Amino acid sequence: MSLKNIFEDWSRYRRGREEGGFQDYEFMWGMAIDLNKCIGCNACSIACYAENNLAVVGKERFSKGQAMHWLRLERYWDEPDLGEERVSNYQHLGASFVPMLCQQCNAATCEPVCPVAATYHTPDGLNAQVYNRCIGSRYCSNNCPYRLRYFNFYSYYEDSWPSPLHMQLNPDLSVRDKGVMEKCTFCVQRIRTGKDKAAREGRQVEDGDIQTACAQTCPTGAITFGDLLNIYNPASGNADSKTAQMWRKHQVELGKTKQNKQTPDLRGYRIFESLNTDPCIMFLERVREV
Amino acid sequence: MQTKDINEDIKWAQINKDVLRSMENPRIGYWIAIAVSLFLLSFAIGAEIYQYNVGMGPANLNWPHMWDLYIATFIFWIGMSHSGTLLSAILHIIQADWRKPIYRFAEAMTTFSLMTAGLFPIIHIGRLWNMYWVLPYFSDRGIWPNFRSPLVWDAFAITTYLTSSALFLFIGMIPDLAICRDNARGWRKQLYTLLSLGWRGDDRQWRNFRRTYMLMACFLIPLAVSVHSIVSSDFAMSIMPGWHVTTFPPYFVAGALYSGCAAIMTLFILLRYFFRFEAYMTMPIMVKTCKLTFAIAMVWTYLNLIEFSSIWYGHDEVAKELLLAKFTGPYSPYFWAMLFFGSVLPFTLAFEKIRNNIPALFVISLLLNVGMWLERWMIVTPTLSLSYHPFAFDVMWPSWVQWFIVLGSFGWFGLLFLVFVKIVPSVSMYEVKEMIFHRRHLANKDIASVMHRRESDRQSGTDAPAPGLEGA
Repeated sequence: MSLKNIFEDWSRYRRGREEGGFQDYEFMWGMAIDLNKCIGCNACSIACYAENNLAVVGKERFSKGQAMHWLRLERYWDEPDLGEERVSNYQHLGASFVPMLCQQCNAATCEPVCPVAATYHTPDGLNAQVYNRCIGSRYCSNNCPYRLRYFNFYSYYEDSWPSPLHMQLNPDLSVRDKGVMEKCTFCVQRIRTGKDKAAREGRQVEDGDIQTACAQTCPTGAITFGDLLNIYNPASGNADSKTAQMWRKHQVELGKTKQNKQTPDLRGYRIFESLNTDPCIMFLERVREV
Repeated sequence: MQTKDINEDIKWAQINKDVLRSMENPRIGYWIAIAVSLFLLSFAIGAEIYQYNVGMGPANLNWPHMWDLYIATFIFWIGMSHSGTLLSAILHIIQADWRKPIYRFAEAMTTFSLMTAGLFPIIHIGRLWNMYWVLPYFSDRGIWPNFRSPLVWDAFAITTYLTSSALFLFIGMIPDLAICRDNARGWRKQLYTLLSLGWRGDDRQWRNFRRTYMLMACFLIPLAVSVHSIVSSDFAMSIMPGWHVTTFPPYFVAGALYSGCAAIMTLFILLRYFFRFEAYMTMPIMVKTCKLTFAIAMVWTYLNLIEFSSIWYGHDEVAKELLLAKFTGPYSPYFWAMLFFGSVLPFTLAFEKIRNNIPALFVISLLLNVGMWLERWMIVTPTLSLSYHPFAFDVMWPSWVQWFIVLGSFGWFGLLFLVFVKIVPSVSMYEVKEMIFHRRHLANKDIASVMHRRESDRQSGTDAPAPGLEGA
């Protein structure tokens, strides 16, 4: 191949993709999490442990910060130091909760830094993590502003499921060995099953066909999971999803670093939007009664 | 006190004798040093075997502290490798001939510290048996590394730099190896015969040698600068506060040259003392090295100030908070120690008396390197402990596994270096001769005019033979 050919091919490749990034999405899975509805019960986290074969690491390793919770529930109290007014207003109302799971960013910071391309963007709009390819350089976790990637510091499978507990493992996905990075996959095994089922029945994937374990489990229905691909153009292509409707209702747009906040009804935001990671999870602000 | 870089009246044979003497009959101190190195290394090997079997957990690495001492020490060793190139390539090109007696061991230091640094990514990754996946080898599955990742650039940069610096070291040694060959017996004779590649010292060989050496020097300088720039892009290319700093490439290169110069001072003093190289590694050369170190220390300090001020006057609140946390937070003692050792301590080198005081210099050079090691640690760890997400704020202290491996790396480096000084002349004999030769010329200009005259000059020539050569 001559140099000329290479340049010509390259320019042909670039044409139509000037803005860069992945364009040919099949789906773009996303979530809407209503923090008003979240009661901090941790059921989503437990469901995630059960569904995704997450290792239970024990008290000691947990306190060392070696836990494997793909979905963690963060508790925040308003700080007493922040001024008289806020203390009297909020402190007695207790904690606020934020369920944090991989934000499946469209411009993910973890993807470009992996030396072996073990994490990449799928046509489903997911940040896939290929366990078999991972060499454990842990750069992705360092570059994740949300700190939502977890590393197998030990061979947890050896002691996390003593017999007969290993019988409870989900056969749809693997148990990871030491030295591998892992994170929330939006229950990719369920997405695959749902797509396969729809294909067998000869129809399009509809909203509600696929549920993540956390969304399925949430007792208050705070988590909504669905397709965001045709979020601004519901008539075309994939079916309109409840998640996309919520995004539209709160006027949250993909690809923006700051959302419209003109009225108090527009509660939607995405975490660390200003970093331009373009996450696919919208949170709805908690409204607190003063 | 000696004022000349080197005495002009040293005889050629004396140089050979002095340098070759350093390669024979190790004394008790040598064996003690070997034993200490092996001792440190054995602890590291034990720790690594344990870590290999159990996982990265015992190293106390955790979420969010995914990187720690391994990466810090990796940068430290990569940095140390830069001074050899500075001395042998940059000073070679600008014709600073005082480098000649000390560049050989500096260059060996380059190669060996790269060999040490290269171990750390392997130790550090979770599945080290798959390390080769970062290299772009042809596979029938058509899987390639991710060329956007700075870690892949690292792999390329370090392997290239290691290969070229080892070649450069070897090429520069060929005339000396020939001297060894001519003076050796037994297995050493065979070894040096092989290594000296049939060097006879005729004109053609010297001409080719000079050309190759100059070419390699020119090739190595941009390479050395790019290597540490690429290592800095491990951090600068990320999105994290305290890592995402535009001045990191020059900052890292300056820090690299700085720690390398400090290490050269340490090894200079050790070699001078143990091998009695007082006639070659003279105090004026030491003074010049000190001045070089001082200058680079000031560059490093300046780049530090740039980093602080650009964050302070910038609009990145998170980076500002992190900067404040570096000064006041849980890692502040180490940060202040780094600033003291890195920026305040080098001012002692501004004093003539200290520059000529060997024990003081030995301590200072070691402390400078402690400061530079702390610098690397303070780049890696505070950012991880305090980044964007408040839920992930954490303070971590590395466990014995990490400390053993870090200390063991010094043992490994020491072992390589100790073996080196007994197998290869640690002072470049032919270049010292060259240096003395030039100095004699400077002392007697007339000889120079004769020696540098060409055949063609003679026809157009003017006069009788130069006065210096009349008797000859």
